[in-house]
Amino acid sequence: MISIDAKKQIDVWIAKYPKDRQSSAVMQALKIVQAENENRLSADTIQAVADYLDMPGIAAQEVATFYENYNHKKVGKHVIRFCHNISCMLNGADDLIKHLENKLGVKTGKITADGLISVKKVECLGACVGAPMFQINDEYFENLTSDKIDQIVNNLK
Amino acid sequence: MNEVCFKNLTKDQCYSLKTYEASGGYSVWRKILKGDLTPEHIIDELKASGLRGRGGAGFPTGLKWSFMPRHSDGQKYVVCNSDEGEPGTCKDRDILRFNPHAVIEGMAIGGFVMNASVGYNYIRGEFMEPFYRFEDALKEAYEAGLLGQNINNSSVNFDLHTHLGAGAYICGEETALLESIEGKKGQPRFKPPFPANVGLFGKPTTINNTESFASVPEILSRGGQWFADIGVENSGGCKLFSVSGHVKSPANFEVPMGTSFKDLLKMAGGMRDGAKLKAVIPGGSSTPVLTAEVAMSMTMDYDGIEKVGSMLGAGSVIIMDESTCMVEVLTRLAHFYYDESCGQCTPCREGTGWLYRVLERIIDGNGKQDDIGLLLGVQDKIMGNTICALGDAAAMPVKSFLRNFRPEFEYYIKHGKSMVKE
Repeated sequence: MISIDAKKQIDVWIAKYPKDRQSSAVMQALKIVQAENENRLSADTIQAVADYLDMPGIAAQEVATFYENYNHKKVGKHVIRFCHNISCMLNGADDLIKHLENKLGVKTGKITADGLISVKKVECLGACVGAPMFQINDEYFENLTSDKIDQIVNNLK
Repeated sequence: MNEVCFKNLTKDQCYSLKTYEASGGYSVWRKILKGDLTPEHIIDELKASGLRGRGGAGFPTGLKWSFMPRHSDGQKYVVCNSDEGEPGTCKDRDILRFNPHAVIEGMAIGGFVMNASVGYNYIRGEFMEPFYRFEDALKEAYEAGLLGQNINNSSVNFDLHTHLGAGAYICGEETALLESIEGKKGQPRFKPPFPANVGLFGKPTTINNTESFASVPEILSRGGQWFADIGVENSGGCKLFSVSGHVKSPANFEVPMGTSFKDLLKMAGGMRDGAKLKAVIPGGSSTPVLTAEVAMSMTMDYDGIEKVGSMLGAGSVIIMDESTCMVEVLTRLAHFYYDESCGQCTPCREGTGWLYRVLERIIDGNGKQDDIGLLLGVQDKIMGNTICALGDAAAMPVKSFLRNFRPEFEYYIKHGKSMVKE
């Protein structure tokens, strides 16, 4: 259920915490396993992480459902997380989100027909002086305009 | 401007160990390793500097460090709070990206002063660029023999690790952050006991903001008094202000405490498109909003902002021009707190939902005549009735928006549309 490579990555995190405190690594372990499983977690993968870290399944489940960065439903290969909070809103994020929805032909929360992209409205990503902005996978894109968005999205493969 | 955390901002590879050391970086830490500095001296200097917690609470850093039971047996921890996520706040991201070694040195010094041999820097899960930058800096510091066990045969030990979050504003609350490092849901702990007695893994722990740690090395190398003199009474030193919203050139500015708001606005290029200033949130979304007139009279320091009825917070200045619909802004903020409430305390869990839903129905044109009374009633029931400050943070904007811009809310309820937008 968890690949050897994923276990190696998880072990790097376990080493940061005191002995017998390996459950501190659960947040990253879930992220690592999620990345290996089409960017989503299932009940089975969460249990596998719990088993690997020797913690109760429910404790891993609690973490997996508390934090926002875990996906429990199918998402696109690329997840566009568009900030809609105050500084981005003041700089036209709402219109740009509509523009993105029109361009992709999907509403926020949905996935494009080819499974490539999904869009999500998220709360502040801490880049307010670069508003409006969004995040695709691990990368931030700031000072967005409709042209810039078109360009970025056209390059997603 | 840009004298402490942003000292090297314009230099080539400002984040590298080489650049940091060339400008005097790690000189304080090396003195400690040589045995030339005592914890007592460092605490005295920090107290003299007037440095107050840069994460928003403004608690004096020197005093906080003195609370740690440094002579008690057993493991102790220092933790850096880089879980930046309050709307309007984006300064720690730049410190991590552009001056990570100052954070490392600040934390190492803290570890020495508080006799804590292990540190964790909690970086929010979305900050992957800052995370890699910080990890690279950590690697450089280890390779240069600045961290680890018995560093340079000094008998000083300090190991530093990064912990990555996974998307939860509440983890910026220090006890929620500790829960999160322990691999749990980020729900704040009841205090007391305070983290200095029972913290991470049940051990004495001190948590400081990224900017606080990053300010420490420069303060100690140039002296507490030097730092204090940059600022004003009760607000020592300089501070990063994130200026965002309707300004020409939004950016982070490190300026002396006590700088006038007018000057800060000018640094950000002034209002965009010649528009007129309408409102300012001076310290991040949790701090009370101010009208233009009041904001233009304030100075950017703890007392200066408190005097006009708001708070310095994390120095997150959100500028709004006359085209801004205050009902829409408050609704967006209410959604934030509704989304981010951890669900532990009933007044916050239920109250933030009520605030958002009532505001949403006003925006949808379905507002009822007594909705303003309802909003004020709900915020009053949240205020002071929760374990952590998120509840108050959700309540405070409601009160201040209604105090300063009530006619806009009344108009929206009566006409089903915004007073300022077509």
